[in-house]
Amino acid sequence: MRFKIFTDMPKGNVAYLFLAPAMTAIFVFFFLPVMAALLMSFTDFDIYSLGDVSRARFVGFANYINIFQKPLFWQAIRNTAYFVVVGVPLSVVVSLLAAMGIQSKLVRFKPLFRLSYFLPVVATLVAVAVIWRFIYHPRFGILNYILGWFGIQEIDWLGNPKWAMPALIIMAVWKGFGYNMIIFIAGLQNIPESLYEAADLDGANARQTFRHITLPMLTQTTGFITLTTLIGYCQFFAEPYIMTDGGPLNSTLSIVLLMYREGFKYWRMGYSAALAFILFGIILIVTLIQMRFQRNYELL
Amino acid sequence: MKSRKRRNILGSRIQFLLLAFGILLLGCGSKTKDSRMIEFWAMGVEARHVRELLPQFEKENPGVHVKVQAIPWSAAHEKLLTAYAGNSTPDLCQLGNTWIPEFVVLDAIVPLNDFLKQSKVIQAENYFPGIWETNVIDGQLYGIPWYVDTRLMFYRKDLVEAQGYIELPTDWAEFFRLCEKLVEQQKTEYAILLPLNGWHEIVVMALQNGSKLLRDNGCYGDFEDPAFQKALRFYMDFYAKRLCPLGMSEVANIYQSFSDNYYAFFITGPWNIGEFQRRLPESMQSDWATAPMPSFDPAIPGISTAGGSSIVMFKSAASKPDVWKLVEFLSREDIQAEFFHLSGDLPASVVAWDIAGLRDNPRTEAFYRQLQHVVPTPKIPEWEQIAQKIQQYVEYAVFGKMTLEEATLELNGEVNKILEKRRWLLSKKQL
Repeated sequence: MRFKIFTDMPKGNVAYLFLAPAMTAIFVFFFLPVMAALLMSFTDFDIYSLGDVSRARFVGFANYINIFQKPLFWQAIRNTAYFVVVGVPLSVVVSLLAAMGIQSKLVRFKPLFRLSYFLPVVATLVAVAVIWRFIYHPRFGILNYILGWFGIQEIDWLGNPKWAMPALIIMAVWKGFGYNMIIFIAGLQNIPESLYEAADLDGANARQTFRHITLPMLTQTTGFITLTTLIGYCQFFAEPYIMTDGGPLNSTLSIVLLMYREGFKYWRMGYSAALAFILFGIILIVTLIQMRFQRNYELL
Repeated sequence: MKSRKRRNILGSRIQFLLLAFGILLLGCGSKTKDSRMIEFWAMGVEARHVRELLPQFEKENPGVHVKVQAIPWSAAHEKLLTAYAGNSTPDLCQLGNTWIPEFVVLDAIVPLNDFLKQSKVIQAENYFPGIWETNVIDGQLYGIPWYVDTRLMFYRKDLVEAQGYIELPTDWAEFFRLCEKLVEQQKTEYAILLPLNGWHEIVVMALQNGSKLLRDNGCYGDFEDPAFQKALRFYMDFYAKRLCPLGMSEVANIYQSFSDNYYAFFITGPWNIGEFQRRLPESMQSDWATAPMPSFDPAIPGISTAGGSSIVMFKSAASKPDVWKLVEFLSREDIQAEFFHLSGDLPASVVAWDIAGLRDNPRTEAFYRQLQHVVPTPKIPEWEQIAQKIQQYVEYAVFGKMTLEEATLELNGEVNKILEKRRWLLSKKQL
């Protein structure tokens, strides 16, 4: 059976018709809220306005100016940058190593390893965080117990401003590397075996094979993984929210956590929306830089 | 054949979807409020203990059921505001009494004057005046005090008595001299603990000295007022004379430091009575006591801040008479006394203090006397933010990052910025 309405239309319009349901959903659930938030970031919407919208005013860029003058915002930027700069490369390297390990011909029980490395990705973060709080416990935690074998003094992982961030990075990397690993495995499987055979014939050692075949052939995959991990890590929130609530001494306060606090604790929605758009700008810039970097690397 | 089979699968899918949709509808249906069901949100320990009282209420009021939802203190504020924004507020809720102004501004809670007029159980005279006052905004009553809280002096009785005092000095000047003596004679390392991560101590001293903190109906900060500055000067003297350690981090364990003669005075709340009993060594138990706050004018008892929680009724409550019955039940003297035994929270009802035997214990009796002289902090929604600022600038002044004058000037500026919205609303008569 054929619907006349479709056949009568020019080809392009039919496509729009089919896209319409998806576009409507995106418009209603994505564009509208984003637009509303953008609008809100130019107002002083707060606890007073919650009861009565007429109590909100347009304030222009006052929220944005205000944010840039706050030391706490800069602290949140520093913390987030710390998390990204250390966490992203660590996550990428760990997942690449895990993928290569699993792909290696020497390893047996591959599905078992693949499954157990992937398991943390599926687990709920809240449950994971509770377990890691036990692991990090200064007196009864298993981590300090193991470190004790090597004569390392007890570390108050989550209570010490110096150690809280590394503790969160370790947990986040452990939680997330399985996902990237799967993508790396797919990437590795796409490398033609013949390349390795040729290298073998030419007498290349393992390091040279990795440097001149595996790594270049994975450029695309690595680029994708770095980008998604980067964006995800810039929005770092749940870990400090559950584990440390931004403490101690705001040493794990991230931008999104600050946004959440201002927005939902003090209900300063205008201010909080402005923060969200600043974060959007930051992620956009970081992504553009990363993509430029990636392109240059491919040209080499 | 094949296509028929497919249609069957499709058919069963549709059936499944319909079933799922039906279940969803049922779920929604059961969610619409049963009018005889009271949803009560309580926080922390109170939620756990109030559950034990409720079977009696349900027995006395057949057909009425109470569902207690426990929310942690740390997330309570967000959760309540989100509930308000999402139209899913409870019928009855425990509210820290400094939060009441916020919910009044939101027009979320029910004024209780009319209920009170007809009540035989709840009488304003049966409460501490300062605590009751925290629930009154512009002449309307919005909450009934549930339990009370204030700060006063915990001190080392043995050390104070060794200096020739029968009890703790009631005026600050004398108290200060006592502190100096203790440190000079090396009886203690420091005399008093005034943690810089709190605002109660300085606010209490300022209020005692006659500072109003804010002026013009809470529209401007009043921190450059000599009354506030003098109080801050006095507060800073404790640090300047090294009678008080700088920063809490030096004090690893307040209980151990207290028994180790690291300090002799600590301004804190009722929950520490239990902690001191549990954590101080047996030999120390007769050596500590509590006393009401000293004051700047020995003729007037020293005031402190009015804290604690109230119970408030939300406008969304389905059956307000039933909810009020629960409010009355929780306010009854015998229930208040029983709630004290369960939770350790000091009762709001004055009569319950006698029933629970709280006035026979000198340590809680001190709280009873202090509670006669408590005042609310400014009753505006911005107070929490302002208190944070006071704390921040007092810290700057104590650490010498700013002079006292600079700190109070900056503090005033910041607070005026916070209050800008309030001024605008008042000028438009929107508040």
